Amino acid sequence: MSTSKYETVIGLEVHVELHTKSKIFCGCSTEFGAPPNSHTCPVCLGHPGVLPVLNRQAVDYAMKAAMALNCEIGDVCKFDRKNYFYPDSPKAYQISQYDQPIGQNGYIDIEVDGYTKRIGITRLHLEEDAGKLTHVDGGYASLVDFNRVGTPLVEIVSEPEISSPEEAKAYLEKLRAIMQYCDVSDVKMEEGSMRCDANVSLRPHGQKEFGTRAELKNMNSFRGVQRGLEYEQYRQAEILDEGGEVIQETRRWDDAQGKTFSMRGKEEAHDYRYFPDPDLVRLYIDEDWKARIRSTIPELPDARKARYTKEYGLPDYDAGVITSSKPLADLFEDSLKHTSDAKSVSNWMMGELLGYLNSNGLELAEVKLTGQGLGEMINLIDKGTISSKIAKTVFKEMLQSGKLPQQIVEEQGLVQISDEGAIMAIVQEVVAANPASVQDYQAGKEKAIGFLVGQVMKQSKGKANPGLVNKLLVEVLKK
Amino acid sequence: MSIQTTDVEHVARLARLKLSDEEREMFTGQLNAILQYAEKLNELDTENVEPTTHVLPLSNVMREDQVHESLTQEQVFRNAPDEEDGQFKVPAILE
Repeated sequence: MSTSKYETVIGLEVHVELHTKSKIFCGCSTEFGAPPNSHTCPVCLGHPGVLPVLNRQAVDYAMKAAMALNCEIGDVCKFDRKNYFYPDSPKAYQISQYDQPIGQNGYIDIEVDGYTKRIGITRLHLEEDAGKLTHVDGGYASLVDFNRVGTPLVEIVSEPEISSPEEAKAYLEKLRAIMQYCDVSDVKMEEGSMRCDANVSLRPHGQKEFGTRAELKNMNSFRGVQRGLEYEQYRQAEILDEGGEVIQETRRWDDAQGKTFSMRGKEEAHDYRYFPDPDLVRLYIDEDWKARIRSTIPELPDARKARYTKEYGLPDYDAGVITSSKPLADLFEDSLKHTSDAKSVSNWMMGELLGYLNSNGLELAEVKLTGQGLGEMINLIDKGTISSKIAKTVFKEMLQSGKLPQQIVEEQGLVQISDEGAIMAIVQEVVAANPASVQDYQAGKEKAIGFLVGQVMKQSKGKANPGLVNKLLVEVLKK
Repeated sequence: MSIQTTDVEHVARLARLKLSDEEREMFTGQLNAILQYAEKLNELDTENVEPTTHVLPLSNVMREDQVHESLTQEQVFRNAPDEEDGQFKVPAILE
């Protein structure tokens, strides 16, 4: 098979849970991890005769999210019932928005392999989440927890303008960053507060009409989305290469097997019979309301990135990585309250910090490093109190204990030795103990000094100022 | 507009209803009668009436984001046919 014969067309539907305190249509708590069904009431359980009342905060968050995605905000919005039978929905319909959503016609810019591409956002609408189904072992029954029913969601639908799995991943990461900066959601894919479905099709290069698409579900991580799309691209190309036809269907990504599987039973065309929810009156959004929400939108990732390259001279790539997550960008800025050396802050974050997080599979929130700690540590290096090598020890300690660098340096006696007399004493000891290396050096093998420097550093337990060690060694050897 | 028996079959399938041949005929007739009755609305002059989805003179009804007490688990399951481990128990749903 050869994917290069075909153009891949991807559209993503992303659901983001808004982190309101209470549910969208009732006062039940949205707190995660409560005992099953303990956050339910007659409204979210769909008992007869109850009336939903819209949570103002959910609308504010949805508007904020839509504006941050450059959407036009509807002047008149309404809610509709999407009808379907499934035990995760107690009312047998989901309250959603059909033809008058909160936001439409937006876009975001993504960067992949050095090129920037604008991806259109068709719409952003507000709806309620469904409950959680667990399938009992042995398959004799399913269990339903309705705590999640009624958690406010925004569904963000992209235009079919994404052309590769890499672009899809970049789009999701940018979307996550924007939601994080706007502080409307926790946006954790692993915990389900951000979920992604994809429509994928292939067409021969140059063809205008879209090919038949498959809808992909159950991709629960950024990596999963990329892998699922890569697999689907391959699967469809193989079918087309053999002269076959792709079937329009819903397919489930199985992360463990690395394959997608047809979800039988969902093949009958959906017929949701949307109609306006008579229990929820119309929502008029006037200019004052829009202006009030617009004023709460903070500096977004793209703007921050531009500022970091311009103000601090960070390389484009580094600024992109640091601003891709709000906690990272906040750490960067907190550090700069304590040091003016932005370049070093960025280097330590890009190198030691991200290296440590990646190799240990940790999130920034799981380590104890503070901006104050990082900033003060860099000052200690710049002042010559500690060497960069010692700083690595200090840094690890800060990640684990959150102690400030000054304290770590004092407790562990890590202060750099910059006293010439003290270093000279060690230098002379090392020179006396290693006549062979000394001879080599004096015979013109300049590299031999490396071994001698190493010995001095070792004897000083890494605390000797390396610059001074070099200088004094050369002085002694040249005598 | 008139309802065919195929429409009735479709709606019945969506509603998970199993209809006998007699019921299909009966409902086709009944639904057509209902539609015909609603057709009367078309006799009204709506020239100067704005289309609307709601009849109430109300808009922007909202509540503040405050948490209220939920039901106790005992109350939650009072109407449930079956439960297990604090959850509603339903016939097996297989994907």
